[in-house]
Amino acid sequence: MMFKKLALSATVAASVLTAGFAAQAQDAINFVHNTYRTGAFSGSGIPVGDGTRDYFTMLNNRDGGIGGVKINFEECETAYDTRRSVECYEQGKAKNTVLYVPWSTGATLAAIPRAHIDKIPIFSMGYGLSASAVGDVFPWVFNMPITYWDGANAFIQHVAQQEGGFDKLKGKTIGLLHLDAPFGKEPIPILEALAKQHGFNLKLYPVAPAEMQNQSSVWLTIRRDRTDWVYNQGWGAMNPTAVREAARGGFPVNRLVGVWWAGGDDDARPAGDAGKGYRALNWHQTGANFPVIQDIIKHVVDRGQSLSAKEKVGENLYNRGVYQAIIIAEAIKNAQAITGKKVINGEDMRRGLEALNMTEAKWAAAGAPAFASPFRVTCSDHNSQSAVYVMEWDGKAWKRLSADIQPQKEQVRPLLEEAAKAFATSNAGWPARTEACQNNS
Amino acid sequence: MFYRETGQFKTNYTDDMAIFPIRQDRIGIAIILAIALILPFVVSEFVLKTILLPFLALSVAVIGLNILTGYTGLISLGSAGFMGVGAYACYKLTTIFPEVNIIIWIFASGFFAAAVGVFFGLPSLRIKGLYLAVATLAAQFFLQWAFVRIPWLFNYNPSGAIEVPLRTLFGMPITGPTAELEVKYLICLGFVIGMTWLASNLVHGRIGRSWMAVRDMDIAAELMGIKLLNAKLLAFAVSSFFCGVSGALFVFLYLGGAEAGTEFAIRLSFLILFAVIIGGTGSMIGSFFGTAFIVALPTILKFGAPAIGIAITGATAEKIVLMIIGALTIYLLIVEPHGLARLWQIMKQKLRVWPFPY
Repeated sequence: MMFKKLALSATVAASVLTAGFAAQAQDAINFVHNTYRTGAFSGSGIPVGDGTRDYFTMLNNRDGGIGGVKINFEECETAYDTRRSVECYEQGKAKNTVLYVPWSTGATLAAIPRAHIDKIPIFSMGYGLSASAVGDVFPWVFNMPITYWDGANAFIQHVAQQEGGFDKLKGKTIGLLHLDAPFGKEPIPILEALAKQHGFNLKLYPVAPAEMQNQSSVWLTIRRDRTDWVYNQGWGAMNPTAVREAARGGFPVNRLVGVWWAGGDDDARPAGDAGKGYRALNWHQTGANFPVIQDIIKHVVDRGQSLSAKEKVGENLYNRGVYQAIIIAEAIKNAQAITGKKVINGEDMRRGLEALNMTEAKWAAAGAPAFASPFRVTCSDHNSQSAVYVMEWDGKAWKRLSADIQPQKEQVRPLLEEAAKAFATSNAGWPARTEACQNNS
Repeated sequence: MFYRETGQFKTNYTDDMAIFPIRQDRIGIAIILAIALILPFVVSEFVLKTILLPFLALSVAVIGLNILTGYTGLISLGSAGFMGVGAYACYKLTTIFPEVNIIIWIFASGFFAAAVGVFFGLPSLRIKGLYLAVATLAAQFFLQWAFVRIPWLFNYNPSGAIEVPLRTLFGMPITGPTAELEVKYLICLGFVIGMTWLASNLVHGRIGRSWMAVRDMDIAAELMGIKLLNAKLLAFAVSSFFCGVSGALFVFLYLGGAEAGTEFAIRLSFLILFAVIIGGTGSMIGSFFGTAFIVALPTILKFGAPAIGIAITGATAEKIVLMIIGALTIYLLIVEPHGLARLWQIMKQKLRVWPFPY
């Protein structure tokens, strides 16, 4: 009797398990997404992860997925650690993920050489290897909508606008406050070239990763140098410290401009009133006044399925997670349309990403009208070098300050191509592009 | 009953000095090696890449630190820095001389780490304990700074990263993206066996005795005729050599390209130290126990627990791992300073007298 019961329950359990696996494999698109909800960078990692997670949950709840296929969205915790990220990559591969989203420069670099072998495209949105914008060399890597080099270029344009023209830059001192890691040092060559061109003095203020929360000596130096403008290339705990120290040291906060990763609400808020006027570059709008965000609130947050607090929905980094998710969803739609398949794989996803053409109409259709500037990916341009704008913190929320600033492509693109060529030559045996070009008209 | 040396007679001195004097131990080692050889062909790619490869690569560093901390009694918090030296040295060597086989360079990169290790080991002649830990911490921070700040080290790569090029052995790719995981594993395994053999011979011989004498009381050791300068610096050199080889293995065979400045951070130094403490100071087998614990526990908890139905998110697993490692380190320091290796030894001792405990 006992044995019979046991055997029965075992069979039931086994059949449920196998049925579950079969269902998963057949009619769902698997997507494993890296996040870091722990570690020194979790302050930036949590809102981004929440935004992406909530958008896909919303699609599943509202539309039943994309094209009638559920998105099997899964998070993989990396703690911003390369070793953990490698695990997550392997996990994604084992689960047939259609896309790898590394969310750290180190993880991107570790994955790039494997992408064309494992047939998993990589999407590093506005970070990672700048040179991977060159699609002829990196057919499997996408890093739209902008590179760090474009960001530095746009920052100098903003300074020129504020000072009243590029000729006014002569003799000014412009500083780069940066994390002393490859990510932080990326803008240096562009800023050096611009300094030579416009005659301003460039000062570098590196912040060691261990010293992110202790920048008093750096800001003392900035004061001594009488620096006019500071560009902040920071991430995680470094940003709120920079804003606070700037305010404490008497540096005018509205002359401190952060890269898009230094524009979190929680980066500016801890400084209190003193943080008013802090500026950051951005490529999408903040706030919850978009149909897509309202849908997320209605279908996910109000059902208690979100990990995010309701008042955080619509904050800058949360919206960045949503922005990323909209692009990915659009690429999945493209891939479905191109191949005619409902359940796509990594190769189809690559074609979908290459066919991306985010027009204003597409943004509006995704429930995000005027949410971000339109961009278009081509076979050779996997970045698009889109426009950014400058926003300002008013003590409670981010407010748009400038019009769109278009980076000077003619300055940046040759450098990107040069770097891509250098990558291909230093990695002996780097394959020439064989993937057919996706015609995206 | 099965584990007893009754009837195994030693008829000459060589037998008596053998590392594994008991026949059962020799059989055990042979079985472990055989399993290690067939393992890559039976486990999944995921296990191979996320558990076995980092285990092998890091175990060399843990043995290295164990030589310094466990056998010589000198504490070091710079292991990750020395690993980084090995990784960068290997990268520079293989980009400057691409025609020389990468395996030779991985081994040779240990010498660069050893040289740096000796330099930072100099203060150990004057200072001990906590103060030495601080001095080696300085080494860690200096090296980490150098990895980011000296562009020559990463060939002026704008991304500041090491990109592992394709290198072959007998026409088969062993590093780079196209190399098979099984091949990488076997090469790593070869290094681990070779380095373990080297370390085990060192600590069982004259040099090892002098290290242990220094550990137990350095003034007494000096009175017995051991030159402290030589013994301590040699320990630093050998330890850093192991760390260097480990670092080269870690980047070239496991990660395959990384932002090494952030990879070889203080966090890794601490993990290696914890592995030594948890595994057992002054024990070769303990080094492997400790590494297995540090490498496998997070992965098993994060991916294994959800697979058997325990709903646990990655972030929670990450925090639980920190708590377990922290708690276990404190527990072992208080209750069993010789770590998991000591438990292993007790088990063997019990087996020897089984079934008649006394």
